[in-house]
Amino acid sequence: MITRRNFLKNTITGVAALSLPLAAFELVDPKKLMASEAANPSKVRWVFLVDTYKCTGCGFCVKACKLENEVPYDSNVTRTWVERYVTTKDGKSHADTPAVGGGRDGFTHSTFDLGQGKSLDIKKEDIEKAFFVPKLCNQCENPPCVQVCPVGATYQTPDGVVLVDRSWCIGCGYCIMGCPYGVRFFHPVHHTAEKCNFCYHRITKGLTTACVQACPFGARQIGNLRDPNDPVTKYIMTERVGVLKEEYGTKPQAFYIGLDREVK
Amino acid sequence: MKSHVLRPLIVFIGIVALILLARLFLVPKDFGVHERGYMYGWYRKGNVEDWKKIKVKYQGAEYCKDCHEKNYTSIKKSPHRNIQCENCHGPANTVNGDHYSETLPRLAIDKSRAQCLRCHFPLPYPSSGRSKIKGIDPDKHNPDVECSMCHNPHMPGLEGLR
Repeated sequence: MITRRNFLKNTITGVAALSLPLAAFELVDPKKLMASEAANPSKVRWVFLVDTYKCTGCGFCVKACKLENEVPYDSNVTRTWVERYVTTKDGKSHADTPAVGGGRDGFTHSTFDLGQGKSLDIKKEDIEKAFFVPKLCNQCENPPCVQVCPVGATYQTPDGVVLVDRSWCIGCGYCIMGCPYGVRFFHPVHHTAEKCNFCYHRITKGLTTACVQACPFGARQIGNLRDPNDPVTKYIMTERVGVLKEEYGTKPQAFYIGLDREVK
Repeated sequence: MKSHVLRPLIVFIGIVALILLARLFLVPKDFGVHERGYMYGWYRKGNVEDWKKIKVKYQGAEYCKDCHEKNYTSIKKSPHRNIQCENCHGPANTVNGDHYSETLPRLAIDKSRAQCLRCHFPLPYPSSGRSKIKGIDPDKHNPDVECSMCHNPHMPGLEGLR
């Protein structure tokens, strides 16, 4: 005899059992989990340092990044981009980034793109505060994009860089939504999640990233946080630097000189 | 237990066993929990090598120096000294060929006005390096010609005027 109580009980147990992912059948050795943080054998932890005072918004970094990493040049997606912030004397603040090719051509207009076909021209005498902020992947110590991947297609290497396995990615888009910094996108050719990886093919060969090399003003620098003599490490440890969206607890590893509260 | 319960149960266990068996063969051996633990380090290890194998395109100014010494030294003496050769001449290597091995013998030089305006469009932003760079109004300053008609990008000062 099926009673209502038993029926409901069995239904709940059944649904709970069905919702177990296949991964749950893999027995995870707790030692394996413990070993992760405590004994990270890597002697390298890549970090980035951006000096917003030096950035001129030329966009050479974006151009170099797109060509180096084979992100289609005319597409509006990009691994790195530059944002412009202007606060006018009436207290209003404006931010934009060129839409053309993901900003690969830099800022060659004083007009602001407000989206939806609207634009705004700010006169020189109205500007109170204005600057550029280059953005790229923060290679967070607690990357939320990695946590949400259901198939293990994105991960963090021991040297701190978050990579995407293109042959493993199913294109569900969770990571794109999970990133609070909006650095992820779909690759128009590979149809998988794509992001800045600090030019992993270059930094592992002793080269610098394409954007760092292309920047004529030294606004971008990359360094190894585990090397106390690295100039970038020295700067981060001894000077005042900020990170983006600290309150999210992602522990971002791209440090900024001259951040402002307008910058998100 | 009655057989009408047992039989579908056996089928169900069989299906689960089949899936687990298929998984054993389909999942690569290097897929699993690595250095950063289950939360951040659950991946296929071989992919790290895949990324390292990507071809390097931008080579840097030192790569150009040996063959193009004259152009290298001229720009290094000018205010444009920090601009990489490849910022205007394009990357030495592309997916289609390498400049050094002559599968890519000529690089396309970007001589467009937009290329110069990246820095030389005046934007008087006080706390940005941009405000310190001299600029021109592109609508008034010889609008229809390439900048390099008069200015030598390797010697941008007045002495380099053509």
